[in-house]
Amino acid sequence: MCLAVPAEVIEILDNDLVTIDVGGAKSRINVSLVDGVSVGDFVLVHAGFAIEKVDETEARKTMELFEQLEQLAGLDEVP
Amino acid sequence: MKYLDEFRNPGAVKGLTEKIGELPGSFTFMEVCGTHTMAISRAGLRPLIAPSVNLISGPGCPVCVTADSDMDRAIAVAHMPGVVLATFGDMMKVPGSDGSLADGAAKGAQVRVVYSPLEALDLARDNKSKDVVFLGVGFETTAPTVAATLLRARDENLTNFYVLSFHKLVPPALRALVSLDDFNVDGFILPGHVSAIIGSKAYAFVAEEFGVPCVVTGFESADILQAVYRLMKMREEGPAVETEYSRAVHPEGNLKALAAMEQVFEPVDAEWRGLFVIPQSGLALREEFGDFDAGTWGVELPEPKRDKGCRCGEILCGRIRPTECQFFAGACTPETPVGPCMVSSEGTCASYYLYCQEEE
Amino acid sequence: MPGDRVTIAHGGGGTRMQELLRETIFPLLGEEILLDAEDAACLDLPPGRVALTTDSFVVKPLFFPGGDIGKLSVCGTVNDLAMVGAKPLYLTLGLILEEGLEFETLEKVLGSIAAWARAAGVRVVAGDTKVVERGMADGMYVNTAGVGVIPAGRSITIAGAEPGDVLIVNGFVGDHGIAVLKNREGFNFELDLESDCAPLSGLMEEMLGAGTVHALRDPTRGGLAAALKEMATASGLAFELVEEDIPVREGVRAICEMLGLEPLFVANEGKLLAAVPEADAAGVIEAMRRDPLGRDARTVGRVVEGKKGRVRLRTSLGSERLLRMPSGEQLPRIC
Repeated sequence: MCLAVPAEVIEILDNDLVTIDVGGAKSRINVSLVDGVSVGDFVLVHAGFAIEKVDETEARKTMELFEQLEQLAGLDEVP
Repeated sequence: MKYLDEFRNPGAVKGLTEKIGELPGSFTFMEVCGTHTMAISRAGLRPLIAPSVNLISGPGCPVCVTADSDMDRAIAVAHMPGVVLATFGDMMKVPGSDGSLADGAAKGAQVRVVYSPLEALDLARDNKSKDVVFLGVGFETTAPTVAATLLRARDENLTNFYVLSFHKLVPPALRALVSLDDFNVDGFILPGHVSAIIGSKAYAFVAEEFGVPCVVTGFESADILQAVYRLMKMREEGPAVETEYSRAVHPEGNLKALAAMEQVFEPVDAEWRGLFVIPQSGLALREEFGDFDAGTWGVELPEPKRDKGCRCGEILCGRIRPTECQFFAGACTPETPVGPCMVSSEGTCASYYLYCQEEE
Repeated sequence: MPGDRVTIAHGGGGTRMQELLRETIFPLLGEEILLDAEDAACLDLPPGRVALTTDSFVVKPLFFPGGDIGKLSVCGTVNDLAMVGAKPLYLTLGLILEEGLEFETLEKVLGSIAAWARAAGVRVVAGDTKVVERGMADGMYVNTAGVGVIPAGRSITIAGAEPGDVLIVNGFVGDHGIAVLKNREGFNFELDLESDCAPLSGLMEEMLGAGTVHALRDPTRGGLAAALKEMATASGLAFELVEEDIPVREGVRAICEMLGLEPLFVANEGKLLAAVPEADAAGVIEAMRRDPLGRDARTVGRVVEGKKGRVRLRTSLGSERLLRMPSGEQLPRIC
């Protein structure tokens, strides 16, 4: 029930709606619960609504952490 | 898919598994959220971190914690003439005292499965001769979406749209859990999307009052294992509430969503399967939205279910594992469930049954 | 005539029904034997064991990207015959029509049945038509039964997998269920995706021409997972799969993520799962890839000695999980 998927906003419509794209599938969702959504932003989509924007700076930090862990794991590998 | 695949990084998972394996001691952590239980089962994470880390599942499946009497009420409303009950799919097979919603539909109740409360709104607009009741089940991730939908219905002066709210709140349930006499976990894996709404500060009391470490984390394998690693480290470092899922969760949460939720709903005491009544843990429509509230309708409820010995309550508190329930995979399967933990798409028993337990 | 609709009288056995048969159904199906109007079609069969199968089709909506109920009813039954190694020959066609169904819709479906029967090399030689009151049958329900013949010396059975066999699929899984779902009223997803509905008997023959095939199954409702479980259980062996090797289109994966669906449980209508001895696998896959219906054929796992019926998936993380029989309908009314 906590299912929310990151999706890219590709078009702003009226009536609090935007078009999102996730993996090539497009859908119209409601953004009345999140402020300042623009084309190119990523939002978390749950039950037809955006519930939060994806903070891309923080996302990158986490990705870098995981990339470091990946490298560490690689170094430990016995050739 | 962007912002998903990067967090499923197999190399990072390997690195984390190694780091976890290197830490001394043994730990029991509870993942509170049903979506986490499903993600952990599907990714096969438990064997990767055993034996030093034992993961048990908590009451974070909103479908599973819906009380029998609430289920009965939903089914009774669905049977009312002129009513169409719109619901998330998971609720269809949850057994009430006298069958499930799906059974009710077979007997003639009008039930429609929807993915979003907005679809229920569309139904109401397109079917003015019907009373469309949206069955509101879910935690703080979902409640704001129902609130926003209801506000829209009010703006449009719709007179045939209603909400039957069984929404619940996570922090009061955590408090009830951690206050139980026999409750003994070394840390909580907290739900990422509920937290996107309520903010990580909402859990401060768990570490400060009860000394239990917490990490708010996302749903990909690397997210979850990073949380496990940090929880282990907090045994030496001291309990705190950390946020791994910083790409979605801020300390204050999503104020706009919280405002919508608070405008429409107020906290009330609520019955949680397995945890009995938890004060101020449920959401009811505020009085000013009384015209939209199907919870106040008079309905005839069936005789309460005689106790079949269902142990979902113990599962939901983490007291027993699904495999320790005598009905698991025998009398209780997704086709013939004894309790809701086996039918919800995020039920603990359902995820064990689907992904972890070999058949006899 | 445009605007005409099916009425109860059309199913009554009297003159209206004869009109329907002679002016619409028979001409569109294009089978002379139907005009004889015998109570049963009397047919000659080539030598070999006879294979017989039947399926009913209740898909909603009737038309979806990549097909319709007519195409489904031909391919579904042809494929069941193909899975036992039978050359499909004849079909029966049972129609249950809703009062008020537009003739235009009926004609489109019949045209589709005729076209796909021709493409699959089968003849519709017998049938039945009933009409039920408005509000029943959602437009129409269709049943087809199929007869085929298995050439001597050929033995393909669901229980036929042997330890060491390679498991092969002919392409992307989950397309059909999602293609139908996204076209449901009120469903708010757009994706460039078609049902994979197709007749597989030609592909089956090419595979048998290139090597030995021990077992076949077409994964329909319940998805690839159900087919794997059924094949493993029937053979008394265990299957080991590599999750990354199972082809799923990105858009299908995305919609499944959003709806909490498991792609391996989603229905297919143009896929097969084969157990092939290791020595023959490369040759069989090469032959499959020469066919448009097998262009994306690949290995997805192996058959091993082990706990009977266990199907285990190795994830990209190196962890393992089990595949169970999916319970009930993930997505209702997609076949």
